Order: sequence, then C-alpha cells, then structure tokens
Amino acid sequence: MSTLIIFAGLIFLLVIRLAYLQIYKNDVYATQSTQNWLDLVPVEPTRGLIYDRNGVLLADNISVSSLDVVPAQVPDLSKTLSALRKVILLTDNDLVQFQKQLKQHRRFDEIPLKLRLSEEEVARFAENQHRFPGVRIKARLMRRYPFGDRFAHVVGYVGRINAKELNEIDQTNYSASHYIGKLGIEQFYEKALHGKVGYEETENDASGKPIRTLNEIKAIPGKNLYLTIDSNLQIVAERALDGHRGAIVAIDPATGQVLAMVSEPGFDPNAFVLGISYNDYQALQASNEKPLYDRALRGLYPPASTVKPFLALEALNEGSITPQDSIYDAGWFQLPNSTHRFHDWQRYGHGTVNLDKAIAYSCDTYFYRLADKIGIRRINHILSQFGFGTPTGIDLDHELSGVVASPEWKRKVKGARWYDGDTIISVIGQGYMQATPLQLANATAILANHGKRFVPYLLQGEQLPGAHYNEQKPIALDPIVLNDETHWDTVIRAMQNVVDLPQGTGYRFGQHRKYTVASKTGTAQITVRRRNPNEEDNQEALPEKLRDHHWFITFAPVLQPKIALVIMTENSNNAVKAARIILDYYLEAEQNVNRLSQKTEKTAS
Amino acid sequence: MLTDYLKKLRKPPHSTHYRTLWQCVHLDVFLFPGLLLLATIGLVILFSASSQNPHAVELQAIRLLFSFALMFSVAQIPPVSLQRYAPALYVTGLILLIVVLLAGHIGKGAQRWLNVGIMRFQPAEIMKLAIPLLLAWYYHRSQLPVTLKSVLIALPIIFIPAMLTAKQPDLGTAILLIMAGCSVLFFAGLSIQFMGSSSALTLLCIPMAWYVLHDYQRQRILTFLNPERDPLGSGYHIIQSKIAIGSGGIFGKGWLNGTQSNLHFLPEHSTDFIFAICGEEFGFAGSMLLIALYMFIVMRGLYITLNAQDTFSRLLAGSITFTFFISFFINMGMVTGILPVVGVPLPLISYGGSSMVTTMISFGILMSIQTHRKLVTT
Repeated sequence: MSTLIIFAGLIFLLVIRLAYLQIYKNDVYATQSTQNWLDLVPVEPTRGLIYDRNGVLLADNISVSSLDVVPAQVPDLSKTLSALRKVILLTDNDLVQFQKQLKQHRRFDEIPLKLRLSEEEVARFAENQHRFPGVRIKARLMRRYPFGDRFAHVVGYVGRINAKELNEIDQTNYSASHYIGKLGIEQFYEKALHGKVGYEETENDASGKPIRTLNEIKAIPGKNLYLTIDSNLQIVAERALDGHRGAIVAIDPATGQVLAMVSEPGFDPNAFVLGISYNDYQALQASNEKPLYDRALRGLYPPASTVKPFLALEALNEGSITPQDSIYDAGWFQLPNSTHRFHDWQRYGHGTVNLDKAIAYSCDTYFYRLADKIGIRRINHILSQFGFGTPTGIDLDHELSGVVASPEWKRKVKGARWYDGDTIISVIGQGYMQATPLQLANATAILANHGKRFVPYLLQGEQLPGAHYNEQKPIALDPIVLNDETHWDTVIRAMQNVVDLPQGTGYRFGQHRKYTVASKTGTAQITVRRRNPNEEDNQEALPEKLRDHHWFITFAPVLQPKIALVIMTENSNNAVKAARIILDYYLEAEQNVNRLSQKTEKTAS
Repeated sequence: MLTDYLKKLRKPPHSTHYRTLWQCVHLDVFLFPGLLLLATIGLVILFSASSQNPHAVELQAIRLLFSFALMFSVAQIPPVSLQRYAPALYVTGLILLIVVLLAGHIGKGAQRWLNVGIMRFQPAEIMKLAIPLLLAWYYHRSQLPVTLKSVLIALPIIFIPAMLTAKQPDLGTAILLIMAGCSVLFFAGLSIQFMGSSSALTLLCIPMAWYVLHDYQRQRILTFLNPERDPLGSGYHIIQSKIAIGSGGIFGKGWLNGTQSNLHFLPEHSTDFIFAICGEEFGFAGSMLLIALYMFIVMRGLYITLNAQDTFSRLLAGSITFTFFISFFINMGMVTGILPVVGVPLPLISYGGSSMVTTMISFGILMSIQTHRKLVTT
C-alpha cells in the first residue's frame, strides 16, 4: 500500500511538471523553438604544427576550399551527386569516401565531398550554386607534409576519423574535426596536436539562417611540436642509403634525443590526408619494397656481430677474460663431447687473437669460446641491460620489443629444449635473437655514454601559440655500472680499431677525417648457408633478395660522443659507406657552425 | 497425438488444474503485450530521434529481438533455480566490476564496458539483478521481519558495487543499484521510520559523496541547481530539452516534425534525452499515454509481487518493479528538469543495448515468478 502511495506521488509530480512545461508555459517555449531558436555550432581547433629541431616545418596546414554537403538539406542525394559530377570533377574515390563518412555522421553535419577545389571549380560551382541546396563551399584547413615521403614514418599522417576511432575519442571535442592522427608523431601526440573544440552560439531565424552570434567560446588550437629530429641530417642520411632498402637511427647519447630516423623506402603521407583510394593503398601494401613498413621502429633483424662488444663487456666485467688473454683461431670451434664444428667467417681463422683483435676482425671463434665460458644467462643479462628484448619506450606507437632468446623462451615459443649450440650461435647474433635498428641505436648510445641510459625520444618541446615554450626533459634510467670502469675504454678502443686497422672489418670507412670513431660491423645472413671452408661465399652471384643484410653501429667522437648511429641495409653492403657520409656531414666543423647559428635564430625569434 | 500432448502440457500429472497456454510458455498475459507495445513505440520515436536513420532503428530492433528472446528463456527458469545461483552471480559481477575499473585505470579514461561479441556489456548491469537476487536469497533464508543485524549485512552488499560503479564513473547506474537494493529492504518490511532515519544519515554523507564524485558529475549537479550557470556546456541539454518539451504543447508538433530535437549538439538526443523528442512531437497527451503505459506495466509488476508465494519471489518481484519504476521516473525527471542529469536511460526506448538486456531479463524473472506459482484451490 505504501508503495502505491510513493508511486502515485512521484507520478503526480511528473504530470504536474509536464503540464507546467507543455500547457502553462507552452507559448514561451513555442516562441523560443520556432521563431528565434538557438543553435550551437562547434568550431574546429587549428591543428598544431610540427617542426624539426631547427624550426623547419615538417607538417603544416594550408587553407583549401572544400565542397561540403549537409545531407538533411539535400532533397535527393543521388540525383544531386550525379548533377554535381557535371560541374565538378568527382573521382570514384571521392564518392566512396563520402559514402563512408555519410554513415558515420548525423544528417545535419557538414560532410566534405571533395577537398581542395581548384579556383576554376570554385567559380564554376558558385555560378550553379542555386541548383544545389545543401551543398556549399567551405574554407577549411588541410594538413600538408611539405617533405613528402622523407618523414613519413616519423611524423606519420592524419586521415579521416573512422568508425573505430569514433568510438574511442571524446566525441564532443571532435564534433567539428574530420581528421585524426593515424601514425607516427601525429598519432602519438594526437591529444596535444588536436586542441579543444570551440562553440559559437547563434540565434537563427525560422529558416535556420544565423542572424547573429550571441556567445562564443574560442577553440583552443593544438600545440606546435618541435621534434629532436634534425631534418638536414635526416635528408643526408636518406640520400646516403642511395636508394637501398634499410633503416638509419641517430641518437644524441648525452640526452637520448633522436636526431634522425629513416626507413627506406618511404611513402607520401599527403595521399592519406585526402583519403587514399583502395587501389593505391593495395599497391602500397603489396609492394615488394614494403614502403609502409617502418624498418627503424618495427623491423626485426638478427643483430649479427654487432652484439660482440656488449658481450665482451660482460665477460670482462665478470673476469672470464682479460684484455691480454689470447687464443689461437684455426677457423673453427668445437664443444667438448661434440663433433660439430662452428666455423669462423674467415675460412682459415685469424691466428693468434686477443680481445682487441677479436672485435676489430670480428673473430667468431674467439666469441664462441667466450660464449661457452659465460653461458646464456650472463649473455642475456647484459643484452637486457642494453635494452634488447624490451621496447625502448620512444614516443611512438606500435614499437616492437624484439627477442632475447632464453631457454625458457625457446621452450615456450618453439617448444624445444635449449642446446649448448644455441648459446654458441647467439654470441654472433645469428641465433633466435632479434632487434630493431632503434634498439641497436639505443644500445650504441649507452655504450658511447659508458653506461648512462636515457629513453630515446622525439619530442623536444611544445608550444601553444603565444604561450611559452615547454621543453621536454631527457628521461634518465638506472645506469649500467661495471666493477671496473676501465672496461668501457677497453671495448671502445677495440671498436676504434674496427675502422682504423687495415684488417678491421670496417676499414672501408676510410681515414683522413677530423674526428675519432668507434664502430662495429654486422652481417645478418638471409639464407642458411653452411659456413663451409670449401665453399666460396660470393654475394654478387646470389639473387638480391637472398643477399646478406649489413649492420654498422658507430659513435663519434670517441671522447664526448655527439652522435650514436646505426645503419641497417637490407640485402646490400652499403652501410659502412653511408655511415661515413652521415658522420662527415654531422661532425665536420663548418656544418656545426651552421647548425649553431640556426639554433640561435630560433631562440631569438 | 498433438491434442494429447497439449492436454498433458496444460495439465501435468500431479496437478488438479488446467494451465492456460500463456502459463505453459511462461509468458505473462499482461506484461508481454505491454512490453511489446512499449518497444514498438520506442522504435517509432527512435526513427525521429536518430534523424530518420533506418540503420539505427534496425540495430535497435535487433537488440530488442535479442532481449525478448533472453526474456523468454529466463522466464522458463523456475525461481527456485534462480535462488541457487544468486551468490555466484553476485560474486562474478563484483569481480567483473573490479576488473573493468582496473582496466580503466590502465587504459585511457572511463571504462565501463566489456566487449562480448555482438554487444558491449556493462558489468554494472549484472549487479542490477545480482544485488536484489542476493538480498532476496538472504532474507528468504533468514527470519523476517528484518533485524538490525541483517540490515547491517545488507548495506555493504548494496554499497560496495554501487561505489565501484560511481567510480567508473557512472552515477546513474550507481543510483539505480542503490535503489534496487534498498527496495528489497523496503519490501522486506523495514519500517518507514528506519528508512527515514537512514535517509537522514545519507544526507549527512553528501559532503563525503561530493568528494568521491568525478569533476564532471559535480558539474552536472551544480548545473542542475542552476542551468543558466553554464549555458554552453552541461546546462545546454536541460535548456534545450525544456524548450523541446515545452514547445510540444498539448498535442505536439507531430511525428518527424520536431525542430528542436534536430539541433546540433544534443549528442544524447537518441539515448538519455529521447523523452524530449516524445514530448515535442506528441505533446502532453502523448507523454501522458507513455506514462500510462509504463504505469500499466508497473501495476502488473506490483500485482505479481503481492501474489508471490514465498519471500524470495516477493522481494525479488518487488525490487524489479520498483527499479523499473524508478528508472523511468529518474529519466523523465532529468529530461524535464526536476532531477539532475545523472545518465539513466529511458527503459526500452533509449537507444542502446546494455540496460535493455537487463530490463528484459528482469521481466523474464517476473514472468517466471508469476507462471511458476503452484495453483492452490481456495
């Protein structure tokens, strides 16, 4: 009974309220509704610009005239579209993109049918405008990437918001926006770049035309981002690859700032802004060159001999070897109780070899023995400390973590037990281990730094137009501490010999330079070729896709390093040559002065 | 053959009475047509509210079909079996709530949903059923009338999931959870005086609740107290929906003729604020009819409650009916501006699937309670 009383009371309240609104105050609200109704129009914030470290624009906004359709105001959509085709050139792709947007938007939204009308098209449409109610020309800002494919993987691109993204974003904040970052910096810093939507409250007449603006909340533009990338260096690096597929990552060891990050070939991000057609996208995806694949961030390659310096450091640190210990290398190594021979890349061996020579000549036998001494646990311990097997934490999405293979890993992933041979082969980076060029660059920077570790990053600072510049601070991680700090110098000295000794594997780098350099080469085999002394390894005879990948890791100058550089060339041995071009450019004094003057300009403005 | 079978179906071996066909399929002769009519009206309003988007109506119709099928299945389960699973359901729901909350902390922003195939599902919705089920189960086993001790046990059962839900943040569902739980206590015979004094206690807790609430929830309450405070933000909904309803007059502007509802920036106009479209296009008369239909369903629910044969069924039926009433009341209250905007959908009419499924399952339970009664000759 008391339930009934409660229900009746509450319903009575509701009825009274409805009667008050709909009967008593009806004329007030009816007036508000039909004569001068208020409309709230969202205003799109201007997307933040992206600059390199010297203030060169990598992504900007250009104003374009777009042809917009408000479906609710169009009497017959399909008729209108076919009539429009006679006035304005509409591709099939334009129509496909439009139909897609149509499904996602409300009927009262403005949906762009074609972006970037030519002046001629604008004029022709203006003449015919009366024939097309609900279709209008609107000035919009469109994203543009002035460098085309040069920065595609780092800067990324924006594209139209798709159904999945629509569910994840704050729909209010994007109510006036049509674009969202899809890749790279554009994706990772979407929130900062986008800004905040504004509103205009307008008073409209009965036909819906705005009479005046009553109230306005200004849109807050997105922040301008300054990247750590040096666009000059990036372009030099890309050219140094000379058309070969590959990746280059350069890091400033003192901070972790990424100076260049190249993945070749690239693609034109501008195509994605307009809405790439299905066929063009398929062509990019199917291409043998894999232009959409970010080799620097996501390319997993066996690190090959580039892991040797790191392992030498561990062996020195735990006292398994001393710099003076030497072995005799006859060209192969055998485990006790086994007949299998692990061959050196040098058919008849390197003779008597100590640590210095072992790194300079990249002596496999020396490291086979070292592996047998320190075991897989210590090997993996030092590799993890140098950041292998985990993402570096760079400010980009989709980074891969690579593999540091342990017995547990092999059991879980391959379902097989770990053999001693697996340990031996891992020391020349040819086992199950996989690393990205970015990870290797990070590890090289740590080595150059004598163990000081930073998270590599791309965002140098951000600035709201008119506000003060907000600098991003480097993020330091726990350093690698050795029992004896001189081990760093021992290994680095050996790495200098890689290019300085005539028999060094990087001697092709060449002399006559104004800086000191420490390096290591690596050759990742594509095909399983037995290291057979009776077989000549003739790379030129192989089809291109089966040729080795080449690594070159390096930093310079040796004292107070300014740059840690990693180059990976797919199926090509161009890496050493490219490194010389890049380091020469970056470290030659004249260039340095240029860069400094550019920097002061930026702070002055 | 067939007639024999039907005969057996309608008169089981140990029964002395014939059952009606409705009872055989365990559907309620009043509730089922009522709900069907409500759902149909909902689709009609939705077509207008979604700016005549047939895709939205189609999706909603599929959800309705699915929900009705669930209701039908649940109606086949006798209340005794429901009782058995009450504690397990509650514990599962609580775990899912915590999981979602933790996932929300890891991911970005609010996280209320678990994705299960065709529909996203809100674990808080499970609690809408699990709390009354568990409490009804508990009071069925212990002695009635309620003692102070049993109330002290009931309170955490209600408030822990409610707090977790409010933290998600989903204030509307949290309030419904509390209502669903407290209504069990109410039907269990907790005295009005006691309810009164505990309400007073709740009022004292409001400053504390203020602390728990998210910033936007506080904004909504402040805006409710004074809509003009923020005419471009949260207050906009209330102002616009009052204009929409008020401009409808006695008979409304007619179906699809609403202007107000088609405005920009009423993102909730097909979900929480759909009643505004009904008010605008069908006027006072239409709103009254809709309320009458809701009340018809509520009255039938109360009838089932009164005729329930054991404590468990009575408490559960009472709570389900009360929760249904309170959700449509809160929704209409907030759209007409007599309650703050807390985000409670209009049952069976608002666009969306999560709460619809729960509502229909709860009606399945009601029908099960009604049709599984043992008929006694009087």
